[in-house]
Amino acid sequence: MGSSTLTHRMPGPDQRMDELMGLLLRTGVILAAVIVVMGGVIYLTRHPVPVTNYRVFQGEPLELRSVPGIFHEALALRGRGLIQLGLLILIATPIARVALSFFMFLYKRDWIYVVATLFVLALLLYGLLSGCT
Amino acid sequence: MNTTEFSAWLLLGSLLAGFLGALTGLGGGVVIVPLLTLAFGVDIRYAIGAALVSVIATSSGAAAAYVKEGYSNIRVGMFLEVATTVGALAGAGLALYLRVSVIAIIFGLVLLYSAYATVRPSSHVIENSAPDPVAVWLKMDGSYPTANGFESYHVRGVALGFVLMFVAGVLSGLLGIGSGAVKVLAMDTAMKLPFKASTTTSNFMIGVTAAASAGVYLCRGYLDPGLAMPVLLGVLAGSLTGARVLAVVQVRILRIVFTMVIVVLAIEMIYNAFTGRL
Repeated sequence: MGSSTLTHRMPGPDQRMDELMGLLLRTGVILAAVIVVMGGVIYLTRHPVPVTNYRVFQGEPLELRSVPGIFHEALALRGRGLIQLGLLILIATPIARVALSFFMFLYKRDWIYVVATLFVLALLLYGLLSGCT
Repeated sequence: MNTTEFSAWLLLGSLLAGFLGALTGLGGGVVIVPLLTLAFGVDIRYAIGAALVSVIATSSGAAAAYVKEGYSNIRVGMFLEVATTVGALAGAGLALYLRVSVIAIIFGLVLLYSAYATVRPSSHVIENSAPDPVAVWLKMDGSYPTANGFESYHVRGVALGFVLMFVAGVLSGLLGIGSGAVKVLAMDTAMKLPFKASTTTSNFMIGVTAAASAGVYLCRGYLDPGLAMPVLLGVLAGSLTGARVLAVVQVRILRIVFTMVIVVLAIEMIYNAFTGRL
């Protein structure tokens, strides 16, 4: 396809919102990756030599499962806690994107989509915050 | 083998999986689960957890570019996310009640379908029929960049697309994949979006679908940092490289070869599940 013949869309609120959305997604992924690398370095330099046995499912310790627990472990600069914080940021990135879309549709008074995005946002937060019992 | 060596092997394998996923268009997550379970002997629950986070990373990274270029249909994506999110939470809940071998068999079957979907000839013709009232009410009709500038299209079959998206969500939550193949089926075949708009909108939605069940998996203790770290970084780097390669060279033959690799992986997963080795 010859991209040189592309006509460009009119710059408007929609395109600016698309760019903001792209920026948000990219920032979230980069931030998460950087934190995971930092945590990975600490984890590999401090972790005891034998490899964890992943053949048998045991589940993670409680402090690596909940949002407050992960923050606590990450602030203590523990490798596994930092990696988990990176994963949490990664999970939060699409959630933040839905929140941004919600405000976008609210600004446009596009009520069907305001309701749809709010519903999705509620489900995502429910999955993240009350999934552990 | 010590932890550093194990992580290095995982990183290398995930790099390859991400590369393969990008070249075949299947996504990195769908290759990671068989890799971890078959080659590294990892329990499928840990594998699903690690796959889910890499799916979020690759889809968000790619979506950033597509959204900017105007390929994705944001309204279609946002509306159908209602179905995929509900489905994903249901799928993650269902995973608790299904035996590991059953999950592995479903995984193998979905993998086979996805492989078929990538090589199936795209016979989609843009019909110039009248707009669909439901799609018009939802303001879904859109436009996307082509060689002749932005071309507009009508969206149809919203109800069928919605149902298929629910199925895609269930599979995503159950198996830790993005379900890109089912999402594309819903938009391309059922809703008659142009192929490029379907794949990019699918990619746009995958992050949200995966995030819905990732929260549940995190709380359930399926997300292991030691495993997720090399897998996530490997898949991310591999798929970025794959996307670059895809942009400059024609990879038709490579694609068919890789798709056959995936078919073999799928059959091996199903076989191992039946013989009780997974």
